[in-house]
Amino acid sequence: MNTTAVPDTGEPAVRKNSPGAVRGPRRPGRARRTALPYLLLLPALLLEILIHLLPIVIGVVMSFKELTQFYLRDWGAAPWRGLDNFRFAVDFDTPAGESLLKSFTTTCLFTVLSVGLCWLLGTAAAVFMQETFKGRGFLRALFLVPYALPVYAAVITWAFMFQRDNGLINHVLHDQLGLTDSPSFWLIGDNSFWALLIVSVWKGWPFAFLIIMAGLQNIPKELYEAGALDGAGVWQQIRKITLPSLRSVNQVLVLVLFLWTFNDFNTPFVLFGKSAPEAADLISIHIYQSSFATWNFGAGAAMSVLLLLFLLLVTGVYLFFTSRGRKATDA
Amino acid sequence: MRRYRAVASGAVAVSLLATATACGGGSSAGGGGSNESPKTLTYWASNQGPNIEADKKILEPELKKFEEKTGIKVKLEVVPWSDLLTRIMTATTSGQGPDVLNIGNTWSASLQSTGALLPWDEKNFSKIGGKDRFVEAALGSTGAAGSDPAAVPLYSMSYALYYNKKMFADAGIEKPPATWDEMVATGKKLSKDGKWALGAEGGNLSNNIHQVFVLGKQHGADFFDAEGKPDFTSDGAVAAVKQYVDFMAKDKIIAPGNAEYAQNQSLSDFAKDKTAMVLWQAAASTFKSQGMSDDEWGVAPVPVQSGTPGQGKNVNSMVAGINMAVFKNTKNLDGALEFVKFMTSDEEQKLLCKTYGSIPPVKAAQNDPAFDRPELKVLRDTLATSAEALPQVPSESQFETVVGTAVKNLFASAAGGGEVTTESVKAELAKAQQQMPQQ
Repeated sequence: MNTTAVPDTGEPAVRKNSPGAVRGPRRPGRARRTALPYLLLLPALLLEILIHLLPIVIGVVMSFKELTQFYLRDWGAAPWRGLDNFRFAVDFDTPAGESLLKSFTTTCLFTVLSVGLCWLLGTAAAVFMQETFKGRGFLRALFLVPYALPVYAAVITWAFMFQRDNGLINHVLHDQLGLTDSPSFWLIGDNSFWALLIVSVWKGWPFAFLIIMAGLQNIPKELYEAGALDGAGVWQQIRKITLPSLRSVNQVLVLVLFLWTFNDFNTPFVLFGKSAPEAADLISIHIYQSSFATWNFGAGAAMSVLLLLFLLLVTGVYLFFTSRGRKATDA
Repeated sequence: MRRYRAVASGAVAVSLLATATACGGGSSAGGGGSNESPKTLTYWASNQGPNIEADKKILEPELKKFEEKTGIKVKLEVVPWSDLLTRIMTATTSGQGPDVLNIGNTWSASLQSTGALLPWDEKNFSKIGGKDRFVEAALGSTGAAGSDPAAVPLYSMSYALYYNKKMFADAGIEKPPATWDEMVATGKKLSKDGKWALGAEGGNLSNNIHQVFVLGKQHGADFFDAEGKPDFTSDGAVAAVKQYVDFMAKDKIIAPGNAEYAQNQSLSDFAKDKTAMVLWQAAASTFKSQGMSDDEWGVAPVPVQSGTPGQGKNVNSMVAGINMAVFKNTKNLDGALEFVKFMTSDEEQKLLCKTYGSIPPVKAAQNDPAFDRPELKVLRDTLATSAEALPQVPSESQFETVVGTAVKNLFASAAGGGEVTTESVKAELAKAQQQMPQQ
């Protein structure tokens, strides 16, 4: 590295973006100058490749291999199976395919409900918190507690509360309010779906609240004042001013919540352990079970690849439609 | 464009490098370790005591002793039971495992099939004093028959029927049941007023397997055929699973709430006089930690279908316990063998098994008077005469998960008031069998 070159690279960088600089005659420091931003990006790029891209590539390779316990130690030597793993995963006439399909539909329903409720609660709370009142700061901090708690600690506490004989939920529902004839099971059987949904919404809505609250701060007060002058009530203001102004914030929020919820592993794993009840068998747990319980890592990888493709498709379609809508409104 | 290409080729170079190093871990397929770093060892101990801290307190002074004797420093990590198998598999894949580790003895054949563990041939066994030092039953669950064991027995355990003396006295019952018919009859007397006769851990897959395996043996079923292929739907296997779940569904001597138990809650129910009996292995130290004194509970052999436990079909326990294994690619092979020798020495066996409430798999250590307590005598006799090892087949660990889950599902349906029929049990077991890897 030539030390005299350093002042050279620093100063004219300001002009870099102007068209004249690009077309101008080559100067000695130019190559180094234009390379600098890329050099600075390089560590991030390398890490991105190492942490994200490479495992994905390895996962895809694994999905074409017969990766069982016999090849675990040297998985490069596992024999190729072509598309067999995929056929095995989506053969809906066998228990493996059938349960994958069931798990997939359960996850879809669960995600729609969870994201919907998170969004509703988050919006309601954010709108409510726009007014200044005594104790607002405290309440706002309180709302964010589920978001700030470590997932494991929070979910294991829920697991205790959902216990049939000693849990708080049944104590309130059955012993105190007398709403049920006998104490219900929450961690096994059909109720487990609702138990999981409750924990998921509890955990997810503060994030929605936080993002929407930030979005609300960007709406000019004048809009509301003008609306009020024109005689718009609170409800009309929310419908005609708040929601349209939050449009782009909501688009990102819903997408992120969707991806997180669809892929969530921690919540069901801590709540139910290694084998989730059938009613709450989310796809992430299902794939874990398929890989680690039967040590059929090839089939598990195939399922993961299918899941990735599905999420890419949904995200692509979603972005296509929402960005088209945004251009239309922006115009 | 050129810049893009430079970035891309850089990326490819890095990823190739990473792949190369990733493969490096697994490429040393043959051989048996080296002695590159003879002064240190890493040891993964399974969680045996009431908690991880307790284990550290018990083991660390012993490791110090070993260091003073040999100059080898042992880095200890106590791994919770629920993580252990996954951790071992991850270590197998990456090649970055500990030197010495504890494994559940039922996993021996499964882990043996990965090829990651050092085989215990004559030569290796002779370095720790020979195979003859160990009890036959314990050696039965160290790997598949016909090949060198993948591990060495460390702590042995067997199942027994623990009963709560106060609850028995209150109900006017004099002796614990010896057959399952007696269990149901006695159980019905005990199960009333919010109290229940028998405890279960319906959500604990391994515990489910242990119970139905023993019942399966009593019904003449094995869950695997002679070639090691899964055979979950034989009449005996179905009868065994149905009998176990029916204790809750039909006989109503297990509380429905036990269907979701997986954290040893049935032991606290036992200590709180809510459940009169549990089928457990070496429960003494847990009862003590729950505030029960030793004279508040008694021990009897696990019931059988009829007659008394003994040889033949009257198996009444699985061979439970912990084995010690050495990772094949250890960097301190001699030290690892030395450490296994130390841990299986008569003196350490007496000391550790006494603390953990287990039985030494080393014959000479069993003579210690500490193991003559009535409880341990039952466990020891069971192990010696009427316990059988779980099938030593490569897919044993998968069997634990899928059949354990089937039993869990059946318990869940029984707890919800659903009927458990021969057909529903068979269907659940057939589903489990179809999830097993094809071989």
